Amino acid sequence: MGSKLSITLLALAALITAAQAQDKTQDKSSDVIARGEYLARAGDCTACHTAAEGRLFAGGRPMPTPFGTIYTSNITPDPETGIGKWSADDFYRTMHNGRFPDGGLIYPAMPFASYTKVTRADSDAIFAYLRSIQAVNQKNKPHELRFPYDNRQLILGWRTLYFREGEFRPDPAKSAEWNRGAYLVEGLGHCSMCHSPINALGGTSQSDAFKGGLIPMQNWYAPSLTNNREAGLGDWSIKDITDLLQTGVSARGVVYGPMAEVVHNSLQYLDDADTRAMAVYLKGIAEASSPPPASSALPNTESSLLISLGKTVYDKNCASCHGTQGEGKPPHWPPLANNQSIEMQSAVNPIRMVLNGGYPPGTKGNPMPYGMPPFAGLLSDNEVAAVVSYIRTAWGNRGTPVSAREANELRSAPLN
Amino acid sequence: MFARAAASAAVIVTLSAFDGAAAQTANQPPDTMAARVEACTPCHGNKGEGTSDVYFPRLAGKPAGYLYNQLLAFRSGRRKYPPMNYLLEFLPDPYLEAMAEYFASEHPPLPQPAPSEVSKDVLAQGEALATSGDAGRGIPACVSCHGPALTGMQPGIPGLLGLRAAYVSAQLGAWRYGTRTAKSPDCMQLVAGHLTEADVTAVAAWLATRPAPANPAPVPKGTYALPFGCGSQPN
Repeated sequence: MGSKLSITLLALAALITAAQAQDKTQDKSSDVIARGEYLARAGDCTACHTAAEGRLFAGGRPMPTPFGTIYTSNITPDPETGIGKWSADDFYRTMHNGRFPDGGLIYPAMPFASYTKVTRADSDAIFAYLRSIQAVNQKNKPHELRFPYDNRQLILGWRTLYFREGEFRPDPAKSAEWNRGAYLVEGLGHCSMCHSPINALGGTSQSDAFKGGLIPMQNWYAPSLTNNREAGLGDWSIKDITDLLQTGVSARGVVYGPMAEVVHNSLQYLDDADTRAMAVYLKGIAEASSPPPASSALPNTESSLLISLGKTVYDKNCASCHGTQGEGKPPHWPPLANNQSIEMQSAVNPIRMVLNGGYPPGTKGNPMPYGMPPFAGLLSDNEVAAVVSYIRTAWGNRGTPVSAREANELRSAPLN
Repeated sequence: MFARAAASAAVIVTLSAFDGAAAQTANQPPDTMAARVEACTPCHGNKGEGTSDVYFPRLAGKPAGYLYNQLLAFRSGRRKYPPMNYLLEFLPDPYLEAMAEYFASEHPPLPQPAPSEVSKDVLAQGEALATSGDAGRGIPACVSCHGPALTGMQPGIPGLLGLRAAYVSAQLGAWRYGTRTAKSPDCMQLVAGHLTEADVTAVAAWLATRPAPANPAPVPKGTYALPFGCGSQPN
């Protein structure tokens, strides 16, 4: 009797231990999945791989490019139409080397030139997360690319010019925080996809990384992250940078245009330590020397007429929020004085903000953002040019005047 | 001594906290929905009453559920108007709900109906369709869903008063051509599919001539039964 009981107890104890062990492995795998989800947010996978009103990661979102329309792919674990049959090796190869499991070449609309820097462990975690989501049976739509870009072999040429395979290598001379920031910005964050000039071949040379450029098809200017006269953050406090990345608004300015999407879908989910690391790195890559102010293409008399009309337009339509001295009420009503976004050489963004208005993204840190009305229907081309010229040159701002023609051209810029 | 120091420290902390709060309020935009929807008002009016642009609709007093559905549809791109799609793209559901409730709770007076530009015959055709429908062609009366006084019903059916003919006509056209859609069963698409262009002109013109009723508020949910199912108006 006694021995039977002790055997039973022993068996029970063994069972409990086994169960505990299993709990532990489950915990471990759910930890990996949670980390994968976090990393998938950092990589902003959803921006492309989830269509409007579509199922999570089922693809099918049209991506207009100068070469035609690319449709994003289904990355749910569906075995027929998604990545259900892929192994972790296959997934790593896609991220790291831009090739499908069968060796096929992937169009560089997928930012594998950045994702190549992602570590194997992080790639595995993202894959584990993607394996855990709801499978969706939805066939990929064929791309609609013009000749000759519909020939995937051309990608080989692009790769030779612009693709350098290799995981991120920390710089031992820098802090762990700087290196973590660099890893996120250069790798999963794929910031260089927009913040670098894109040449006619759809490529970016390494030496131009983060130097800024007009985003093809969208007609928003992605400012340089290294130049303090654009979006270089050398003169910003770490707190202002982390506020901007995490909440979408800051004492120095707010995010708008395509960057609103990045904060909305990706950056707001990063933890404080990672956000700070990105801020430290971004502040660090800003170059100390400031290039000389740009010169205006407009004749002086035209400029001064524009600027004087601009002040009238500004006082009537803008000053109630942005202040008579461009001081704003930060962070919600951004200052325009000493605002790099207003002053930088490309006037595309300030013109578009006047025409289209906009809301910063709703985030955990700023769930009910204040918005700016679109003035496209209220102001003439001349008035738009005038008010943009005024805000670019008033209050010590060092921008240049813009012409009514530039304002007119941006009326037809795509809004979505 | 220590207690005194602690007490004065507490006072300093309290004072500076108070100062901080006051300064922040002074330097911040008003913490109100009115300030947050200023992006909407140049086109829709300060209280959502509409503006001189005949294509921009009145929002004030429409059922919050209807306004919320439209905000969701503009955000996802289901309802297409690029300036709206762009403004709403990254705003979360609870905020859109708050915006809908804000405009639903505003009650500026309805505008005086403008004199109509169409003939009496056309207006009579519009009135007949709106109040009786055309059973032979499968067209229900507008009033059978939008209410006897055309003020709409909570939570999802909009009133049709205070809208200009150009706006109603453009929307009916969009339903007919399938560029405006709603949740299935898409009742308005079914109805508009049976309308001719002449019907659209007539109905839009007659609706724009309607004076404000004594009570312009949408009637409560379930006040009357709908003639058929409608995805935007859950039972």
